[in-house]
Amino acid sequence: MTAYLRAAANVLVHAPDLVRYGSKPWREALRNDQSPGDVFADLRTFGEAVGYPPNQAFIGNLPPENLGEIPSPWYENPLAGASPEGAFGEILPQDSFYALLEAADQFGLLILDEEHRGSRVMGSESAAALLEREKPPGEYKQEEVSGRIGKGEALPLFQDGELIGCVRRDHESDESLDARILLENLAAKASGAYALSHLLVKENLAPEAIEYVISCSEEAVGDRYNRGGGNLAKTIAEMAGCVNAAGVDVKSFCAAPVYALVHAAALIEAGVVGNAVVVGGGSMAKLGMKAYFHLEKGVPVLEDVLGGVAFFLTKNPEDGPRLNLEIVGRHPAGKPSTPQGLAEALVRDPLARAGRKIASVDKYAVELHNPEIMLPAGAGDVAAANYRMLAAMAVMGGEIAREEIPDFIETHGMPGFAPTQGHIPAGVPFLGHALERMRTGSLGSTMVVAKGSLFLGRMSRQADGASVLMEA
Amino acid sequence: MDLENQAAIKSIADEIGSENLMVVLGMPGEGLRLAVETLTTGDPSWAGPLAGVSLGLPVFHILEEKVRTRVPEELYAEKLLMMEMVLDLPQIESDLADMRAAG
Amino acid sequence: MFKGKKVIALGERDGVPGPLIAECLEAAGAEVVFQKTECFV
Repeated sequence: MTAYLRAAANVLVHAPDLVRYGSKPWREALRNDQSPGDVFADLRTFGEAVGYPPNQAFIGNLPPENLGEIPSPWYENPLAGASPEGAFGEILPQDSFYALLEAADQFGLLILDEEHRGSRVMGSESAAALLEREKPPGEYKQEEVSGRIGKGEALPLFQDGELIGCVRRDHESDESLDARILLENLAAKASGAYALSHLLVKENLAPEAIEYVISCSEEAVGDRYNRGGGNLAKTIAEMAGCVNAAGVDVKSFCAAPVYALVHAAALIEAGVVGNAVVVGGGSMAKLGMKAYFHLEKGVPVLEDVLGGVAFFLTKNPEDGPRLNLEIVGRHPAGKPSTPQGLAEALVRDPLARAGRKIASVDKYAVELHNPEIMLPAGAGDVAAANYRMLAAMAVMGGEIAREEIPDFIETHGMPGFAPTQGHIPAGVPFLGHALERMRTGSLGSTMVVAKGSLFLGRMSRQADGASVLMEA
Repeated sequence: MDLENQAAIKSIADEIGSENLMVVLGMPGEGLRLAVETLTTGDPSWAGPLAGVSLGLPVFHILEEKVRTRVPEELYAEKLLMMEMVLDLPQIESDLADMRAAG
Repeated sequence: MFKGKKVIALGERDGVPGPLIAECLEAAGAEVVFQKTECFV
């Protein structure tokens, strides 16, 4: 048995009023004893986020390669007539997302005012599908909201600068159930469920047909005794109505989406399940991560969207391209955690084991971080650096000459187009594009390559990574 | 530069003094310029513990000629050589030269 | 140049990471007193 990719979904949630609860804005506000709302009052409108060319590439309305033809800065060159509906994705406005957050909450943690609570008519069929299964909303009492906020038990929620509700902690002294942590987790759950719902709606799939869900989200769900032990996959499956699906989380920082694809495909190949979904919810902590650099340089705060991805794998060859589990890259603990060590383990070695060259893969989907977000912060162009490394490896292996590096990158690469949401840019946003191209015969193979910064957790100085080849 | 790193480097410099201490960096591009500035004349964003602090530490890049040639050849060939093609080496050298000339 | 010197190795995930700078400098005779790898993603 082999696993085939039937569908991919890339969604974005425009969340300007949640930027203040990103880790960096939140810490800066605490340090300077100021309200983060003051700094982040004037962010992009929904229309601006929709017209932003990289976001259009993310939801499938623009081939990523075409970004190279749009003059820089991209934020000053929006796509005319851009739609929030994409070929394999969608962009959701914030007020609709609040309704999803409310629907995601089963513990009365989050309350919204009369105007914003409960099921409302929304522009998104995928989001509306999640609200149909909603429980009755809690009652909004203005005095309770302001009382909780005043006592420091709850965080205020805003829409266009207006207070519209709050999210509260669920334990007096448990840091894992702190209001901001719970909001982070709810945001990952709701955006992940939204991505999954979009996939189901687009494919006209009954949620009941899904057998297994693997979450590659980064959030550490759990209470004080098991922080990070929690299972976001099953809560996402539940929210999306996948009542017959079991679920489990796969984690390795930004490398997790590729591990999750490999695990899902392996479960299908082994006959354990007939189909599986890989889902990743967005990272609220990363909103506004580099916002201060952007503000300083007069760049709009571009980290104002949450990302979400979902992939549907089946055992049916007619459904789509196959994940070739004979060409899977892994990075052993004894291998150097350098860009070179990773590239060897993830690309060169698995291809060599199968007797293939680096240049034999049509397109590489590496970490596709949008460079326009990275460069003002003094960070490099991550996607470009990854492609240069692959090209350098092809040079070392005698496949190409050093002068051919730019051509190699042009042919086998693409500009980064994903928001800097950690695991979301990890190669997988290209899968929707690849699927379309493979169905029309314009692409033969793509290798998804993701890397994870293991060292961030202070348990090891290592990095990590994973890769897999998808072929028509 | 990361505020926690700024704090850690400041406390190390305070403790062991700057005469016997140097910094070797590994980042490319604009990040290199920001790091050099932060570690010599102070944090240009005025946000971190090194704001307004001139540590005056000697700062190098691991790939610049005078540093990379000190690394044993075999180790260099095995682990650093390919980074020459990945990072823009001439740019790194010229950025450092400019910043050193500007003092 | 590095013999007997104390060195801070400050790398980046997508450039040369901290542990590799440290390894190279220790091989060149330096004493690495602090090493870190920055990550912007």
